[in-house]
Amino acid sequence: MTTVPFGQLLILPVLLFALGVLGVLARRNLVFILMSIEIMLNAAGLVFIIAGARWGQADGQIMFLLVLTLAAAEVSIGLALIIRIRARLPSLDSDAANLLQG
Amino acid sequence: MMHALWLVPAFPLLGAAILMLSAGRLAPRAIALIAVLPCAASAIVAITIAIGFITAPPPGHAFSQILWQWVAIGGFDPAIGLYLDPLSLVMMLVVTVVGTLILLYATEFMAGDEGYNRFFAYMNLFVAAMLVLLLANDLLFLYVGWEGVGLCSYLLIGFWYQDAANGLAARKAFIVTRVGDTGLMIGLFVLFTHLGTLDIQPLMHRAVLAWPHGSNIASLAAALLLLGAIGKSAQLPLQTWLPDAMAGPTPVSALIHAATMVTAGVYLIARMHVLYALAPHVQMAVAAIGAATLFAAAVAALNQHDIKRILAYSTISQIGYMFLALGVGAESAAIFHFMAHAFFKALLFLAAGAITMRLEHHEHDIFRMGGLAKQLPVAFWSFLIGSASLAALPLVTAGFYSKEMILSETWAHGGAVPILWVAGVVTAFVTALYIFRAVFIVFFGEAKTPVVGHYGIRIMLPLTVLSVLAIVGGFVETPNGLGGVRLFSHFLSSVFGHVPLAASATETPLLVVASLVSLAGVALAWLLYLRPAPRFVAWAQTQAVVAWRNFFLSGWGFDWFYDRLIVQPFLYLVRINHSDVIDDVFTGIADGCRGLHGLLKQTQTGRIRWYAAWLAAGSIVTIAVAVIR
Repeated sequence: MTTVPFGQLLILPVLLFALGVLGVLARRNLVFILMSIEIMLNAAGLVFIIAGARWGQADGQIMFLLVLTLAAAEVSIGLALIIRIRARLPSLDSDAANLLQG
Repeated sequence: MMHALWLVPAFPLLGAAILMLSAGRLAPRAIALIAVLPCAASAIVAITIAIGFITAPPPGHAFSQILWQWVAIGGFDPAIGLYLDPLSLVMMLVVTVVGTLILLYATEFMAGDEGYNRFFAYMNLFVAAMLVLLLANDLLFLYVGWEGVGLCSYLLIGFWYQDAANGLAARKAFIVTRVGDTGLMIGLFVLFTHLGTLDIQPLMHRAVLAWPHGSNIASLAAALLLLGAIGKSAQLPLQTWLPDAMAGPTPVSALIHAATMVTAGVYLIARMHVLYALAPHVQMAVAAIGAATLFAAAVAALNQHDIKRILAYSTISQIGYMFLALGVGAESAAIFHFMAHAFFKALLFLAAGAITMRLEHHEHDIFRMGGLAKQLPVAFWSFLIGSASLAALPLVTAGFYSKEMILSETWAHGGAVPILWVAGVVTAFVTALYIFRAVFIVFFGEAKTPVVGHYGIRIMLPLTVLSVLAIVGGFVETPNGLGGVRLFSHFLSSVFGHVPLAASATETPLLVVASLVSLAGVALAWLLYLRPAPRFVAWAQTQAVVAWRNFFLSGWGFDWFYDRLIVQPFLYLVRINHSDVIDDVFTGIADGCRGLHGLLKQTQTGRIRWYAAWLAAGSIVTIAVAVIR
């Protein structure tokens, strides 16, 4: 069984994270922004798993479970917020939700 | 009996407190009673103390009574205490007796005034403040009385406050004397920082030990105290407030001029005479200021129309005599003249008030009076006696003996060119001229303003008593050639250590000269104003003479000069600083903050994607910095 070098293993999470950032910045739909945040979270989780495998420690997988629960909690709050915004503004456009501008 | 000393200032203070707290709920008769009784009680206590003091003098000819400790901070522990020696005893007697007479007079003079209660509250406070000033054993406590008389003079000069001019006069008096008060206060600081106490007697002992004769620091302290004295006593160049202070009711003027307020400066210098002996230059300045003031004010008095302004300039001039005496080291002569002046000037003011209250519209212009000798005999005789005493008519008047004493002491001090003596003698002539000008114009000639009303006993009694005092008050001290009675200066000798002049060859000629100039002044006034020659009248109307007369009428243009020197530049600064430069700094800070706020506000777009982008950019930069370092 060949082992993939550690440096190459990190390429996937970096790409995933970059996609997530781009999604947050470029997308206007709040649901997609939420999904992009999930992608970034998962990219971070992936880094934990890779690091755990690299150094043979279980901590990485434990951290990933933590990230997963965190993501679940975050998504539930995020969706609740989106529903409230949808009810208040008849739109899911993040740029329309700019009532706090100075 | 000596221990009842504290009652002397306490009675008028109590009277003032009762009148203030009653807030006009008392009947006028009750107010009059509460107004006069405390002062009369003070006078009785003062007289009893004086009798005790003379028959059985306390050890060292001084009695001090510490009432309580004011404050104790480190080495600074001023006491609230009273100090009685022959000097403060004489002043206390004059203030309480003359003050009582003036208050009695005022109860009738002010009858029917809507501020009757307020008036007597202030008057009692005035007397109390002056007594505190005189009896204080500590310069700090003296300063309380000093500011107290300043406050009361402000309140009383502006008593008829509905007229804006009276308020202006009151403010002028307060502000001009404040210039002097500031000097006095700095003087107190200097004395305290160098000598470590403000208690007058230890202060004088320490000054003698610490400061050599003519030292700079002694001169500085003496000069600063002199500035205070000049302001309070209306001497050059701070005399401008006194003529305007005539805006107050006449009894106030009598009180300010005779008993309280303006003599405070004379008292201060006499009280601190040890300090002035250490500073001969400053003492010379006292004499020079006195000489300049007495002449300038007498010339100004000669050109006034308003009977009260004549008396006001006359007071400035007579206080100038007292300063002259203080400056030549003849303190007992100054205090003697203070006493005589208190009697005849109170008399003159009360008589002038008695004239104006009987004339229609309370006429003050002497040229609209005339022929009043027959119609107002009481006022006439009182005014005549006061004028004779002011003009120092020989032998029979108090003013003669006191002024003669000052002049002979000045001559003895004189040196080669007795310029101070010449100023004194010339002014004695002008004094006789200006006051008898007023007498002849007011009481003789034809009547011009109708007379109304009548006098009550409360007007007649003070005038009579003061008339008697203005005549016999001088017999306690006579020159060697005229009996050589030296009761007054012997009594004061324990304070000043000053011996009366010995008999000398020049004495009789000096006496004759002093008598002749005052008689000549009266004679000239009779010639010029009672039977004016047509040529004199025509000369007085020529253009140049009228210009000079207007110049002297305005008091040598001092008001004009100060207006240009201080008031106008100040108003100019106020105008160009209309927007308030200092405030602009703080407005600028606020404006800068508001501008920065405007800039930062631009970043608050409310767009969540922008915030995310900034977050991402910030993270990248932070990580980049962390990695590269």
